[in-house]
Amino acid sequence: MQAQSNSTAMQAQQPPRNVQNANARTAPALLPPVDIFEDDGGITLLADLPGVGREDLAIGVDGRNLTIEAPLKLGEADSLTPVYAEVRANHFRRSFELSGDLDTAKIDAGLRDGVLTLHIPKLEQAKPRRIDVRVE
Amino acid sequence: MLYPSMLRTSGDWFADFEQLYDRMDELLGGRSGTSSIRAVGRAGAFPALNVGSSADAVEIYAFAPGIDPKSIDVSVEKGLLAISGERQARDGKAGEKSEERTAYASERFVGRFRRVVALSEDADPGRVEATYRNGVLKIVVPKRESSKPRQIQISSGS
Repeated sequence: MQAQSNSTAMQAQQPPRNVQNANARTAPALLPPVDIFEDDGGITLLADLPGVGREDLAIGVDGRNLTIEAPLKLGEADSLTPVYAEVRANHFRRSFELSGDLDTAKIDAGLRDGVLTLHIPKLEQAKPRRIDVRVE
Repeated sequence: MLYPSMLRTSGDWFADFEQLYDRMDELLGGRSGTSSIRAVGRAGAFPALNVGSSADAVEIYAFAPGIDPKSIDVSVEKGLLAISGERQARDGKAGEKSEERTAYASERFVGRFRRVVALSEDADPGRVEATYRNGVLKIVVPKRESSKPRQIQISSGS
């Protein structure tokens, strides 16, 4: 059940499959590998996005849906003939379903050396609290 | 078959693919063919590699995000270009109190890596240049002057 292990808080899912989207995105997208972990403050997501510049990265939240999308640009010359390719698409795309206890308005994102770090804090009322027992 | 490429028309898709596979075998070792014993490729290895060629140089792109460029080692020996290094587990502060964390996914590569590309005969290993940008390591290996395509002037006999 390794593949399902991240469904507790964030559900990895395929891009939406409605007709308009299918027409708009016929080119296959690369699915970036991610690390996701949670602590008391919220969820942190790391995604490998090599070849993505800060200005090209698009992180969208639509309701509870978080989508990371970015073109991969190598800046290679037009005269270059491909000889061998393990990366065979030129954009990244991956979506996640966020749970209701996360504060989508306060998502913090940073991109460094092709690694995206997203922090999604929990809503205040969702954070675990310690209830002090008064001694009477 | 002698000179099979002469029998193919330019629009022959299968011929193009065959050529591509031949080159793949040559460079990294293939699915069916023989590979250089020191440069055996495998799908899904880190970092992923793309190789392109132009008249002047061979360009190798290694998709290696999140690595300090100083810790990447690029070397050329015996016609083989080797890329090696290590990718640390997560960056900094999150790792300090790991016992309070729940991991839901760890798909990203962690650990030491090494990939080898066999360079073609015409590559000039003396002038290799490497740059690291946005998590992509670009290595340019210039081709020797003598192997670059040249225009041959045809002199008229009269």
